[in-house]
Amino acid sequence: MTLEAVKLAAEANQWGAIFPELLLACLALALLALEIVLPKKLHAYIPDVALAGLVGTLGGLFVNFQSATLGKESFNGLLLHSPGGQVMRVFFLLTAILVCILARISLAKQKVPRIEFYHLVLIITGAMMLLAQSNHFVMFFVALETVTIGFYILVSYFRTKTASLEAGLKYLVMGALSSGMLLFGIVLLYGVAGNPTLPGHSASAMHYPALAQFLVANPHNFLAGVGIVLVLVGVAFKIGAFPFQIWVPDVYQGAPTPVTAFLAVGSKAAGFAVLLVLTRDVFASYDWLVTPALTAMAAATILFGNIAALTQHNVKRLIGLSGVSHAGFLLLGVVALAGPVASVSATGAIYFYLFAYLIASFAVFGVMAHIGGADDSDQTLDHYAGLAKENPFLATILAIGLGSLAGIPPLAGFMGKFFVFIAAFEGGARWTLALAVVGVVISIYYYFGWIKAAFFEQWTPPADTAAPRPSRTPVNLVSGIALGCLALASIFIGFYQGPLGHWLTMK
Amino acid sequence: MSPLPFDPLLVSIAAPLALALAIALGLPKRWSVMLAYGAFAIPVLMALHVWWHFGDAAKDHGYAFLTRYSTGLDGLGIGLKLGLNGISLPLFVLAALVGFAAGLYAIQSGAERLKIYLMLLLVMQGGLMGVFASVDIFFFYFFHELALIPTFIMVGIWGGRDRSYAAMKLTIYLTLGAMVSLLGLIMLYVKSGAHTFDLIALRDHLAAHPLAATVQNNIAGLLLFGLGVLVSLWPLHTWAPLGYGAAPSSAAMLHAGVLKKFGVYGLIQVALPLLPDGLAYWAHPLAWLAVIGNVLIVGLITIAQRDLKQMIGYSSVMHMGYAFLGIAAGGIIGPGGVVFLMVAHGLSVALLFLLATAIYHRTQTFALDEMGGLAQKTPVLAAFFVAATLASIGLPGFANFWGELAIFVALWKFSPLITALAVAGVVISAVYGLRSAARVFFGPSTAGLAMVTAAHPPVDITWKERFPALILLAALLFIGFWPKSLTTPINAALTPQISAKIGNATGR
Repeated sequence: MTLEAVKLAAEANQWGAIFPELLLACLALALLALEIVLPKKLHAYIPDVALAGLVGTLGGLFVNFQSATLGKESFNGLLLHSPGGQVMRVFFLLTAILVCILARISLAKQKVPRIEFYHLVLIITGAMMLLAQSNHFVMFFVALETVTIGFYILVSYFRTKTASLEAGLKYLVMGALSSGMLLFGIVLLYGVAGNPTLPGHSASAMHYPALAQFLVANPHNFLAGVGIVLVLVGVAFKIGAFPFQIWVPDVYQGAPTPVTAFLAVGSKAAGFAVLLVLTRDVFASYDWLVTPALTAMAAATILFGNIAALTQHNVKRLIGLSGVSHAGFLLLGVVALAGPVASVSATGAIYFYLFAYLIASFAVFGVMAHIGGADDSDQTLDHYAGLAKENPFLATILAIGLGSLAGIPPLAGFMGKFFVFIAAFEGGARWTLALAVVGVVISIYYYFGWIKAAFFEQWTPPADTAAPRPSRTPVNLVSGIALGCLALASIFIGFYQGPLGHWLTMK
Repeated sequence: MSPLPFDPLLVSIAAPLALALAIALGLPKRWSVMLAYGAFAIPVLMALHVWWHFGDAAKDHGYAFLTRYSTGLDGLGIGLKLGLNGISLPLFVLAALVGFAAGLYAIQSGAERLKIYLMLLLVMQGGLMGVFASVDIFFFYFFHELALIPTFIMVGIWGGRDRSYAAMKLTIYLTLGAMVSLLGLIMLYVKSGAHTFDLIALRDHLAAHPLAATVQNNIAGLLLFGLGVLVSLWPLHTWAPLGYGAAPSSAAMLHAGVLKKFGVYGLIQVALPLLPDGLAYWAHPLAWLAVIGNVLIVGLITIAQRDLKQMIGYSSVMHMGYAFLGIAAGGIIGPGGVVFLMVAHGLSVALLFLLATAIYHRTQTFALDEMGGLAQKTPVLAAFFVAATLASIGLPGFANFWGELAIFVALWKFSPLITALAVAGVVISAVYGLRSAARVFFGPSTAGLAMVTAAHPPVDITWKERFPALILLAALLFIGFWPKSLTTPINAALTPQISAKIGNATGR
């Protein structure tokens, strides 16, 4: 091998561009290896290794945020490293860290294998990070399936509980259906765009820029339209948008609490990261189709999520359905992006909303993990009665988290809604926006009902028994600090956006 | 600029909020209470300071003490810009005074979980100072919400009868109002094309490029609906008496006295200069709604009340009708009278809520039918209550008189018929006001009350209760006898707006 060849090989080496993802994959394998190598009494520390690895990766990503590959494609166009992709990488790493912290609380109460859980979380996180940067339908589909298959296992992780198994099965069936539709859509698009008789056709029609070029050249192709709709449907399943939200309440209820949180935040955000890229960059010339479809979906999602959540008594179902309504609010931002008068601030608004949602959701899920009892099944509003008296710390965290989800100023969630609303108005989605305002008012009712249960009500044992209230897990130092930070962050970001505000105006 | 080495406006906002944060992070109770005196007093000192220096301070577009702090949203045209003009100055002082009185009253009340109670009250106080000091419309809204949230919690935890229901109803109604007004503000922001929430910049921009009439009408309609809910415009007022009836006294004082003025203040400060045609479009429906609904219907309902606190709640709904009438009437005198009335009503309604709670501590009931003859045992309390009642009716010598008078004068030009109906409302308010005073303090004592007073002989109003009441009463009398102290800055602030509007009308 000559020196020249080595040089060429070095230049073609693009592995550095996905270093964080590689790190996570290696870490995931290392966890399994550690379980074999380490003596049994040291196994308790393996989750800490996962946590430390995630924190280290996040730190490295921050240091190298303006990486050399930013704005470039890599791996023959499979990936595109955009600033938005970097933001989503940070997002998914944060999510994974918080999921691991939740898992330390929840899994400790169960007799289940530990290490595989963290292994799967790391793999899924890496796949989500690739998904957010995908620039090619092959990459997109493979990453998405990695995420989904990981979730099949995680959802039914409490394998002795029928509810968890049932949720896993439901997620499997629904996930397979949505993947099928998505794949059908992709194939249709590929087939149409590869048709040599049409203008702008391309041999590599799965590559986003090539596809976008083809769609610009054929702005009213019927088959392409069908393909786009099917792809949107597949993504709508992931984000839980109406009418594809049907799996959400059952799966959220059955899944272990950390997994529910992972689904609610990570999976939803991954869907939006993809949707953002698709509507803004790829399907832009089909806005005559995409905008009305997404507008109708956003309106229906907001309305359905909020109204369905009104009557829920199980907090996991409640948070699932409220998550559906959040998907609606986020869709409003996507609509603003896809509309004829694209809003400048919509992309930033969606990112900000996602981060505010992450912070608030994990605060709430953290409290749920503590309240959940020995088998993670104490999840009705009644279990929250008297929380403020008994554990004011958890009650305060809960109130701040729910307040932020409800969009009450001065919390971060309000700012997120505010930015999305501005973007939606600029994008021309006036009537959907009016509906969203109604949705916010409805949502106050159930969020407030939850806060009311925690603050204003006393614990009453079920009618026929004199059972004492099920025990609540005491808050340990790590989770206490994590929850405290989340609550403070919700308040702080509400008051002062600082550098986050500068992101908002970035493209 | 003020001669102080720091920004008095920022300090008056930050001091209560900082203490609230310290309490949340675990400040011991003894320290919390001691520092709370300071945190409630600082805004008053700052307010008096800016009031004293306002006349000769350097002004830009009528705003003095302007400073701007970036919160990272410069790209969207949002920044914490603080400043006071002639309209916000009186209300800024009002917020500081009522906050101080409410704070003192809360400290002496010895409520259960006093620390948390004070913390929420401090958040409210900081938010209120921020509402009136903000020149940026976004922060104006933001601080209002900041002050509003503690109300829900305070009603829910420390409230009286039906507190759970009242807290829920309050939350839903006020969120609806706030969200609709937010929608209006967003529409204003986007449609103006100026890409800024800075009121001064918006005013300049819209003076050069006025909005189309339909756009103005739509925005004004949204703002009137949203802010109308917040100010309890009939028929969306039902949250107010219920909420005030259930709210603990200090929260009721701050909310009814100051926070509720946010909506009217917003209409005068934002809608009047930016959307003059829009407001004029809605003036007639607004005036009829206010006079028939708020003044007459709610006035008659107030007469029928048998619960002292609910009665005061209804009466405040009724008086807000006059505020809407003044806005509908327009000109300089109308809105000027409204600002005047807001200050006066804020002081008098806060005083009434304070005294109502003081009465409750002596009779153990708010029911008017179960009271009577308290004047013999508590003559000073009776004197305070009668004075507060007369002030709220609008007797000359109290501040309320000038506000109502100015509104009626402006209203006559607008519509003599509406004026006649509105003046009839004064009679209604005299009926319920004097009747309640007579019921509580004079006439025979009931058997139930005799039992309560026999068990706990009522003491006259103590100095701890008297001091906050005196602050409010003194301010009412001061303004009543020297209205010029308020009218000078108000006139100065409103005059250029009106002339600018005329300039626009002729320029088009």
